[in-house]
Amino acid sequence: MKFTLKIWRQAGPQDLGKLETHSIDGISPHMSFLEMLDVLNERLIREGKEPVAFESDCREGICGACGLFINGRAHGPEEGITTCQLHMRSFKDGDVIYIEPWRAKAFPVIKDLIVDRSAFDRIMRSGGYISVNTGSAPEANSTPVPKEVAEEAFDAATCIGCGACVATCKNASAMLFVAAKVSHLALLPQGKVERKQRVARMLQTMDTEGFGACTNTGACEAECPKKISISHIARLNREHILSSLT
Amino acid sequence: MKLNSNIPEGPIEQKWSRRKFELKLVNPANKKKFHILVVGTGLAGASAAASLAELGYNVSVFCYQDSPRRAHSIAAQGGINAAKNYQNDGDSVWRLFYDTVKGGDFRAREANVYRLAELSVNIIDQCVAQGVPFARDYGGYLANRSFGGAQVSRTFYARGQTGQQLLLGAYGALNRQIDRGKVRCYPRHEMLDLVVVDGRAKGIVARDLVSGRIRTFAGHAVVLATGGYGNVYYLSTNAMGSNCTAAWRSYKRGACFGNPCFTQIHPTCIPVSGHYQSKLTLMSESLRNDGRVWVPLKKGDTRPPHQIPEEERDYFLERKYPSFGNLVPRDVAARSIKEVCDEGRGVGHTGLAVYLDFAQAIQEQGREAIEQKYGNLFEMYEKITATDPYKEPMQIYPAVHYTMGGLWVDYNLMTTVEGLFALGECNFSDHGANRLGASALMQGLADGYFIIPYTIGGYLAQLGMKPVEENHPAFEDAKKSVEKQLEKLLSIRGEKPVDEIHRQLGKIMWDQVGMARSKEGLEKAIEEIQKLREEFWHNVRLPGQKDQLNLELEKAGRVADFLELGELIAIDALHREESCGGHFRVEHQTEEGEAKRNDEKFAYVAAWEYQGKDKKPKLHKEKLEFEYVELAQRSYK
Repeated sequence: MKFTLKIWRQAGPQDLGKLETHSIDGISPHMSFLEMLDVLNERLIREGKEPVAFESDCREGICGACGLFINGRAHGPEEGITTCQLHMRSFKDGDVIYIEPWRAKAFPVIKDLIVDRSAFDRIMRSGGYISVNTGSAPEANSTPVPKEVAEEAFDAATCIGCGACVATCKNASAMLFVAAKVSHLALLPQGKVERKQRVARMLQTMDTEGFGACTNTGACEAECPKKISISHIARLNREHILSSLT
Repeated sequence: MKLNSNIPEGPIEQKWSRRKFELKLVNPANKKKFHILVVGTGLAGASAAASLAELGYNVSVFCYQDSPRRAHSIAAQGGINAAKNYQNDGDSVWRLFYDTVKGGDFRAREANVYRLAELSVNIIDQCVAQGVPFARDYGGYLANRSFGGAQVSRTFYARGQTGQQLLLGAYGALNRQIDRGKVRCYPRHEMLDLVVVDGRAKGIVARDLVSGRIRTFAGHAVVLATGGYGNVYYLSTNAMGSNCTAAWRSYKRGACFGNPCFTQIHPTCIPVSGHYQSKLTLMSESLRNDGRVWVPLKKGDTRPPHQIPEEERDYFLERKYPSFGNLVPRDVAARSIKEVCDEGRGVGHTGLAVYLDFAQAIQEQGREAIEQKYGNLFEMYEKITATDPYKEPMQIYPAVHYTMGGLWVDYNLMTTVEGLFALGECNFSDHGANRLGASALMQGLADGYFIIPYTIGGYLAQLGMKPVEENHPAFEDAKKSVEKQLEKLLSIRGEKPVDEIHRQLGKIMWDQVGMARSKEGLEKAIEEIQKLREEFWHNVRLPGQKDQLNLELEKAGRVADFLELGELIAIDALHREESCGGHFRVEHQTEEGEAKRNDEKFAYVAAWEYQGKDKKPKLHKEKLEFEYVELAQRSYK
């Protein structure tokens, strides 16, 4: 297969970026999207040019490192996958493909397609956990958790922190990301003790990090590679109201 | 140098209690005067950093990823073992201990394995308290499933994403300590050297991967939790960035490397589809609970699977190993798969694949039950291969997955460099020559949550309270040597991209140092690796500079180390004239083609000591004593 690639190149956070055009040929439909970029990079290196900087690590859709805006969609045209799980068979021979980084004020570009998502870590540090020291845990089966509650908590907990929700939201809001953690922990009996402080602190950090507000358009849910439901945002809002009641 | 395994005296079930009592303590008020450097934020690193900070130590933690949450433990699928015996099916600490020693083909240290089994139950308690959403039964209690090498159900799981959920639990605990100011976190920092002062580990050299700045960090002890070295094979189930650099450079500073040739080839991975392939994807071992492995009886049978009638199929694992069936340990399954493919009975367009079939399970239990157990794995398979495993059997083939070998550590998890500890996959300690499924997560967390917090205290207490020695010339020396290496790499300006050389190394390793190894092949591999290393240092081509984000430069440093480690693996494999677990020497097999150990000569850990560039490393032997599990030929028949 043959493609024309329009790739965002940007030397550093302070530099102006631009789209650069490359054509590429001899691509197998079974190749993953990132393997196609590997092929391009090997060629650029051989030609003495600077390869395109992009991130990936596990390449099986779970670490959350990869994330490209492809033809205007987070993680490309398919649903429920990360960029590394996208294959070239999802494109037509001869397609023009636009490849850009996540764009959000809270995710500044480091280089080319790599952005800084450390704001997510700072949100998680403001209470996205249960405070239990190593060694103080009670016997695991002493607190039964109804199966459906455990399953719902699990669905929220599958968030991989890739940032597709932010990248796709017109307000660059991190509500789905925050909601997934708040909901996961608020559902479980172990997480209820700190629920009030948790939601208040995490939302405050979200605001100070420069993420936008949620206007319930649902784009985040549509583009989430783990299909995390916006019903968790509803739970986040309930938790938030609860936290302001004394 | 003499190896001292430092195993406590007394009966095995009392050893760990005894050691905990023997170890000196650091007064709670004094803990804050110590600084510990933890490298790596996977299960072992994150749990260690969090637990040490909870105790009051100051901790700095480093990872090459942009966030600690992305360490490769995240990708572990199937589950975590623990001897809870919730199923009332005869499990116990003793049985988990026994299964692990036997599964490791009698090449692990009994005392370590017993402690691991003992601590397994605490791990589950800890993780549940952190909010890890393990699978539960309708009554709300924790559910279990079975894994290879065991006849009890002791594996706890969170669908096919157990590693992710456990890591996020440990990441939460770590975040809590960062929030409290007890841990400083350095993401996008790669450790490039160890600083040793008067024989003790006192710090590290790390490169900030964004600015390229080289910095030194000083501490009272260094804890490595940097994972395994499977990427020496180029294609593996490891993450793209997984590497041996921190461990390897510590080896060059005096830490012995234990059993490097014990590498695990996982039987069930998605087969290679083309030369451009950048990594391989595992299909969890848990699938073998319900999936049946088969190939056509006849050679070169190209009919699609549903057209091959039952009587013309060979369910070879069930046939050869009736009592464990499809759930034989990984090494045994992988070798059997290779065997049938070598006979010409493999399937798929390359002939290097076998079927993993769920038709019977779906018929018996219904599609919904199978979906609940393995839904995300089936989806993952379909996304990669574009075939639907509910309708057509999966095609699988073995791939490099885990490395049992690693830095040699004593019972306290300390390497042969004092003050340098190694945890998780990075050390060699608990899995012998073959790791059982769902035991890596168990080991990483046991080491991090429950072992290092005690043993490091013992070391620090006897070290005494001296300030860190950041101004010692050893720091500047180490920093300079790192800078020199980076400059050298950039100055070569040859023809070949790093990946091309890495692929060549991978091919040598897979062909000669993979599932079947021979004297001739290993000797050839050593020669070829030396040649390739020579070529690398004269002909690698790197773009860019060192004082900027430069992904190729990062890769080049890692591949330079793999080119040395690969040779050590081959040397170790060549010297071990026996077959055990994942190490299969074709010269040493039973008539039925099973691994044939030589306990008289090789019941020891091979710990290799670095002797200098291009010099043969020195072999030290730690004899393994089996007092509690009788040495026997493994049988899963």
